[in-house]
Amino acid sequence: MAVNPKDRPSEERINDFDEVNLGYTDEEAVKEAQRCKECGVCIKGCPVRINIPAFISQIKKKNFKRALSIIEKDNILPGICGRVCPQENQCEARCIMDNPINIGALERFLADKKVPKDIGIYPSKNNKKIAIVGSGPAGLTSAFELKKSGFEVVVYEALHKLGGVLRYGIPNFRLPDEIIDEEIEQLKKMGVQFRTNFLIGKTLYLDELLDKFDGIVIATGAGLPRYLKIPGENSIGVFFANEFLTRINLMKAYKFPEYHTPIYKGKKVVVIGGGNVAIDAARVARRLKSEVMICYRRLEEDMPARNEEIQHAKEEGIEIKTLLNPKKIISKDDGKIKKVKFVKMKTVGKQQDGRNAVVETEEYIDIETDIFIEAIGQIPNKIIQQNSKGLEFDSWNSLKIDENMETTKNNVWAAGDVVSGAATVIKAMGEAKKAAEKIIKEIGG
Amino acid sequence: MRNQIVKKEKIASKTYSFWIYHPEIVSHYKPGQFIILRVTEKGERIPLTIVEVDREKEIFRIIFQVVGKSTRLLSKIDENEMILDILGPLGNEVRINKDVANILFVGGGIGIAPLFSKIKEFLKEKKLKGSVILGARSSENLILENEILEITRNIYITTDDGSKGKKGFVTDALRDLLNTNEDIDLVISAGPVKMMKKTVEIAKKNKIDILVSLNTLMIDGTGMCGGCRIEYDNKTRFTCVDGPVFDGYKVNFQQLIKRNNQYHSHECKIKNLEDNL
Ligand SMILES: Cc1cc2nc3c(=O)[nH]c(=O)nc-3n(C[C@H](O)[C@H](O)[C@H](O)COP(=O)(O)OP(=O)(O)OC[C@H]3O[C@@H](n4cnc5c(N)ncnc54)[C@H](O)[C@@H]3O)c2cc1C
Ligand SMILES: Cc1cc2nc3c(=O)[nH]c(=O)nc-3n(C[C@H](O)[C@H](O)[C@H](O)COP(=O)(O)OP(=O)(O)OC[C@H]3O[C@@H](n4cnc5c(N)ncnc54)[C@H](O)[C@@H]3O)c2cc1C
Ligand code: SF4
Ligand code: SF4
Ligand code: FES
Repeated sequence: MAVNPKDRPSEERINDFDEVNLGYTDEEAVKEAQRCKECGVCIKGCPVRINIPAFISQIKKKNFKRALSIIEKDNILPGICGRVCPQENQCEARCIMDNPINIGALERFLADKKVPKDIGIYPSKNNKKIAIVGSGPAGLTSAFELKKSGFEVVVYEALHKLGGVLRYGIPNFRLPDEIIDEEIEQLKKMGVQFRTNFLIGKTLYLDELLDKFDGIVIATGAGLPRYLKIPGENSIGVFFANEFLTRINLMKAYKFPEYHTPIYKGKKVVVIGGGNVAIDAARVARRLKSEVMICYRRLEEDMPARNEEIQHAKEEGIEIKTLLNPKKIISKDDGKIKKVKFVKMKTVGKQQDGRNAVVETEEYIDIETDIFIEAIGQIPNKIIQQNSKGLEFDSWNSLKIDENMETTKNNVWAAGDVVSGAATVIKAMGEAKKAAEKIIKEIGG
Repeated sequence: MRNQIVKKEKIASKTYSFWIYHPEIVSHYKPGQFIILRVTEKGERIPLTIVEVDREKEIFRIIFQVVGKSTRLLSKIDENEMILDILGPLGNEVRINKDVANILFVGGGIGIAPLFSKIKEFLKEKKLKGSVILGARSSENLILENEILEITRNIYITTDDGSKGKKGFVTDALRDLLNTNEDIDLVISAGPVKMMKKTVEIAKKNKIDILVSLNTLMIDGTGMCGGCRIEYDNKTRFTCVDGPVFDGYKVNFQQLIKRNNQYHSHECKIKNLEDNL
C-alpha cells in the first residue's frame, strides 16, 4: 500500500498561508521507500535525471544525508521540485508500479531534513565568466551546473527578491519562502554571485554583458500576462493573475498593514482559466475570505492544472464552473466591476491533444462579482533585447534557439519559459541543465 | 556605494530632493525615465521620476512629496544612508516629432519634478524654444523655480492662493498662452491626473498636440503585473513599459482617475493607524 503524506484539514488551512501538505515522517518515508523495486525506469521521466533508485535505496537504510547528496548531484532545488514538480506526469508517470512510488514526496522529505548539506565551495578554475539573466528555476539550475564546472557565475535579477515565479507566483501554502531561501543559500555558498534590481535591457544592456562575460544564459521566463481583450477589462476589481499573486506572494499584501502593499478585496471572486495560475489565484482569494468560483471554457478533465491542486481547491470550498467563456465586463458608475457576461460553450469532439474542443452557443449568463481575475496565460517579455541587436523571437515572443540551446546571437544561450513559453519548473530546469552542458562543451575548456 | 544618498535637501513643504549614487542608472538614463524603489523589508515598491543626472559624479536626482506611508519613510532616510532597493532606469525616453520647434511645458505641484527632466532635455540640451507654466497650491509648495529660470526666462507662475505669481490654476494660464501665442506646436504636461485631463481638453480645443507624463499605481515596473494599465486609443497599455509619457488625446483619463483611487480606503486605513500612534 502506498503511503501518502497528509494534508492539513481544509477548514484550518483556509485561514492562513501556511503549507497545506505536511510531508512525511521518517517512518512514513521509509515505508514508502520500501515499495520501490530500484529498477530505474523512472529516471527517464525526470528532466534533470536524478538517480531515483539510488536515493530511495538510501532512504530504506535511513541514510538520509547520503540520499540527499545523491539528489543534489543533479538537482540543487529538491525542496522546490519535491513540492511543485508535476511528478504525476514526470518521474512518477514512468514508475513501473501500478500505484507509483511517491518520488516527489520522498524528495521533499529529504530536502526538509535539513541535515547539513554536502555542498562544498567551488572555486572558479577555468577563468571563464558566465552571466545568467533571471533567477527563476532555469537561471538557478544553470548557475548550479556552471558553478560546479568551475565557471565564475553572476545572476542578474530584475526584482528585489530571487526565485522568479517560485517567489512571486506560487503561493506560500504550496511553496514556503524559507524553502526557496535555503536552496538559493546553497548556491551562494558555492560562490554564485547574485545581483538583484538589475533589469537587463535597461540597467545594463545585453551587449555590455557580452563585453564582460564569456557567455550568457537568458532565463527570463514568461512573465508578460495575456489578457482577454474584452470590453470593461480595465474596471476596478479586474486583475491579471500576476498582479494579484505578486501583491500577495512577493509583497505580502495579506499581512497589510504590517506590510505596506495593500490588496483589493471582495466578497465574491471569479477566476478565469484552468491552469496552475488560476488555481493558485483562486486559493489565495479563498484565504482572503472571499467566496470563490473558477470559470473554465472546457471541461474539468481538460484543465491543465495539477489534479492534486484542483482537488485541494475543491476541498477548500472553491466552486468550479465549466463551459463558460467571458465576453464582457459590466461596471458600476464608480468604475467598480458589477458583473460579467459569459457565453455558454459546448463540446464538439476531441482536439489533437486529447482535450475537448469547444464552441460558443447562443446562450448567455451573467455572474455578479466584486473581483475578476484573469489567468489565461503568459508569454515572454522582450525587454532583454532593448538597446541590443540580434536576438530573434517567434510570434509568441519565444526566444529562438538552435539544437545547442544557443540563440541567434553568438555566445548567448537560453533556457526555460523564455524558450518554451509558460511550462513547468522541472522542464525549465531540464533545459537549463542542457544549456549549461552545451556551454561547458563549447567554452568550458 | 550604490544606492547611497549623497545629498539630501528639503526644497519645499513636505518635498525632498535626493541625489543618489548609482553608476548604472546614471549611465543608462534617458530623459523621461523613472525608478522604482523600496525603503524597508516590508515596504511597497514606489515609482519616482529621475529628475536629472550628474554623469561625472554618477549620481541621479529624485524629488518627491510626502503623501503617504512609503514617501514618509523615504523622507526619514538621512544623507549618506542607503536606499534598500532601487530598480531603473525604467520606461521610455520621451520623444517628440522632428518638426516641433516651440514647446509649452505645464507642471502642477509635484508634477514639476517629472516635467523638469523634459525641460532640461528639450530647452537646455536640444536648445529648442519654449516656455513654462508652473503651478502650486501656494508659494511654499512651488519647486524648481530657480533651476528652471537658469534654463529659460519664459516662466509663468500660478498659485491657488495668489501667494506667488498669478492667482489661479495652470489651466487658466495655459488657455491664455495658447490663445495669444500662435507659435506653440506642442504642450508637455505633468501633474495631478485631473490637471492633466484639463490640459488635454484645452490643448485639444486649440488643436495642439500634447504629451502627458502619467503616474499610475505600479508594482514591478517591468510589464509583468498589468497593474499600471491604462486605456489608450481604446486599447490596453502598460504605463511602465509603454510609457510613462503618452499622447494626451488618446488617454482615457476618466478611467485612470478611478483606477488610481482603487486603494484609497487602504491608504486612509494606514493614515488612521499612523495618526493614532
Ligand atoms: C502562479 C503560477 C503557478 C505555477 N505552478 C507551477 C507548478 O505547480 N508546477 C510547475 O512545475 N510549474 C508551475 N508554474 C510554472 C513555472 O513556475 C514556470 O514554468 C517556471 O518558473 C519557469 O522558470 P524560468 O526560470 O524559465 O522563469 P521564471 O520563473 O519566470 O523566472 C524568470 C526571472 O527572470 C526575471 N527577468 C525577466 N526579465 C528580466 C530581465 N530583462 N533582466 C533581469 N531579470 C529578468 C524575472 O523577474 C524572473 O524572476 C507556475 C507558474 C505560475 C505563474
Ligand atoms: C512613473 C511615475 C513617476 C512618478 N514620479 C514621481 C515624482 O517624481 N515625485 C513624486 O513625488 N511622485 C511621483 N510619482 C508618484 C509616487 O509614486 C506616489 O506619490 C507614491 O507611490 C506614493 O506612495 P505613498 O506610500 O507615500 O502614498 P500612498 O499611501 O500609497 O498614497 C497616498 C495618496 O497618493 C495617491 N497615490 C499613490 N500612488 C499614486 C500614483 N502613482 N499616482 C498618483 N497618486 C498616487 C493615493 O491614491 C493616495 O491618495 C510617480 C509615479 C509614477 C507612476
Ligand atoms: S525533480 Fe521532479 S521529475 Fe525529477 S525526480 Fe524529482 S519530482 Fe521527479
Ligand atoms: S520506476 Fe518506480 S519502482 Fe522503479 S526505481 Fe523508479 S520509483 Fe522505484
Ligand atoms: S507596474 Fe507591473 S506591469 Fe507595469
